[in-house]
Amino acid sequence: MSAQQQEDSTPLVSIRGLHFARGDRVIFDGVDLDIHRGRVTAIMGPSGTGKTTLLKLIGGQLRPQAGSIEVDGENVHRLSRSRLFQLRKRIGLLFQSGALLTDLNVFENVAFPLREHTRLPESMIRDLVLMKLEAVGLRGARGMMPSELSGGMARRVALARAIALDPMMIMYDEPFTGQDPISMGVLVKLIRRLNDALGLTSIVVSHDVQETAAIADYLYLLSGGKVVAHGSPDALGRSESAWAQQFLQGEPDGPVPFHYPASDYLDDLMNAGEEGARG
Amino acid sequence: MMNWLQGLGQRGLGFFERLGRGHITLYYLIIGIPSVLMRPRLLLQQVYAVGVLTLLIILVSGLFVGMVLGLQGYNTLVGFGAEQSLGTVVALTLVREMGPVVTALLFAGRAGSALTAEIGLMKATEQLSGMEMMAVDPNKRVLAPRFLAGIISMPLLAAIFSAVGVMGGYFVGVGLLGVDEGAYWSQMQASVDLHEDVYNGVIKSMVFGVVATWIAIYEGHDATPTSEGVSRATTRTVVHTSLAVLGLNFILTALMFGEN
Repeated sequence: MSAQQQEDSTPLVSIRGLHFARGDRVIFDGVDLDIHRGRVTAIMGPSGTGKTTLLKLIGGQLRPQAGSIEVDGENVHRLSRSRLFQLRKRIGLLFQSGALLTDLNVFENVAFPLREHTRLPESMIRDLVLMKLEAVGLRGARGMMPSELSGGMARRVALARAIALDPMMIMYDEPFTGQDPISMGVLVKLIRRLNDALGLTSIVVSHDVQETAAIADYLYLLSGGKVVAHGSPDALGRSESAWAQQFLQGEPDGPVPFHYPASDYLDDLMNAGEEGARG
Repeated sequence: MMNWLQGLGQRGLGFFERLGRGHITLYYLIIGIPSVLMRPRLLLQQVYAVGVLTLLIILVSGLFVGMVLGLQGYNTLVGFGAEQSLGTVVALTLVREMGPVVTALLFAGRAGSALTAEIGLMKATEQLSGMEMMAVDPNKRVLAPRFLAGIISMPLLAAIFSAVGVMGGYFVGVGLLGVDEGAYWSQMQASVDLHEDVYNGVIKSMVFGVVATWIAIYEGHDATPTSEGVSRATTRTVVHTSLAVLGLNFILTALMFGEN
């Protein structure tokens, strides 16, 4: 641990020259990005900019066409399968859906990584699971099945599961999407509190500007496969970039136009019937 | 014409691509088996889900198939005055052909479709992806136990199907149509050979077990993760398994009983 604290200045995740494409569609075109230890770093951008893809690349589930991703000094895509699995034990990923195992109840879901990766006695697993559930406020829901949980509760259970093995880093995929104000507030508070109390490093992928800016120490704005702007929430608020301002203020028109690129409106109306929908 | 040829070529390529992916899946299923043997509880759960829950349909179908065999067999044999051989006819038909084949078809409909839907939905809801990120290999934790459970269950189910079928033939032949009880059993005992008939039947149902479970797991794992994708995959499981079982059955029968 002390060795890790000494090199606190080196980033935990370091991405250099990342290129990734799905078929013809380029998703990342030379992304450089650093995630520093102990901080909550937010990665923001419009839907479809590949924010979730970025988390899957960091977790080694996808392979980039070029560039490197280092997590804690190890190049994720050069690791053997067993070394990659060792690394993943130290990373928690919170899926948007929660990704709870639907055939297990809340308790067993949180116990799942402990049962798979440790040989702890049952009494200790029970204590650990109850501690993790207490941390997210759902100790009382341990007997419920995932289908009985609300979306916010499912995400909190998934969060308890993600911290079950005491990881060094947690990645949150759109944690605030589709939440009512109360569960949103709970999640915002939890992300910050867990990060500070457990000494974690957190990556939050989101497009909810207010909530994310409230808890993030550092923001990256992604668009068109590139990092458009980065800095602390305050610095970004004063950013000169018109795109960043449009995104942070939620303006309907600006550098990102309201209209999807299309041919001339009048022409299109007059030529009805001569062609089908234009891609 | 060119479009037609192009379409044909694309279909052909798609077919071979799927075949390739299927065999890669099979490879991972097979290398996952040793780790399943280390965790018998996981295997038992799946034997319950795949095998025990299929038992009822096997019992009922076996009984009815056996009764029909008894009825039809009697009607044919009685013309030659050979109704004493009813036991032989019923037992051989069941043990050699009907047991393994009908069991595999019912298995595809009951357990195979359930496997495909379950795995497809686990994929669609990111449960498999989530496991991978928790450093748990879904091949070993989810797929291989189901595969092995299918291979273990199928011969047992086929054996039960045949046994119940023999009883069904007995009820109709001996109970209703008046075939001599002693003749029914002793003829059966005399002409059903353990190696020739029973073992070959077991081998058949093991092969069907591998094929049916493999197709079901592959289709689920390869399904497009949407509700439409999962429903298509489930249909494909039943159709492909049925065709594969019937085709393989002919080949196996030719190999096993062709010389007689």
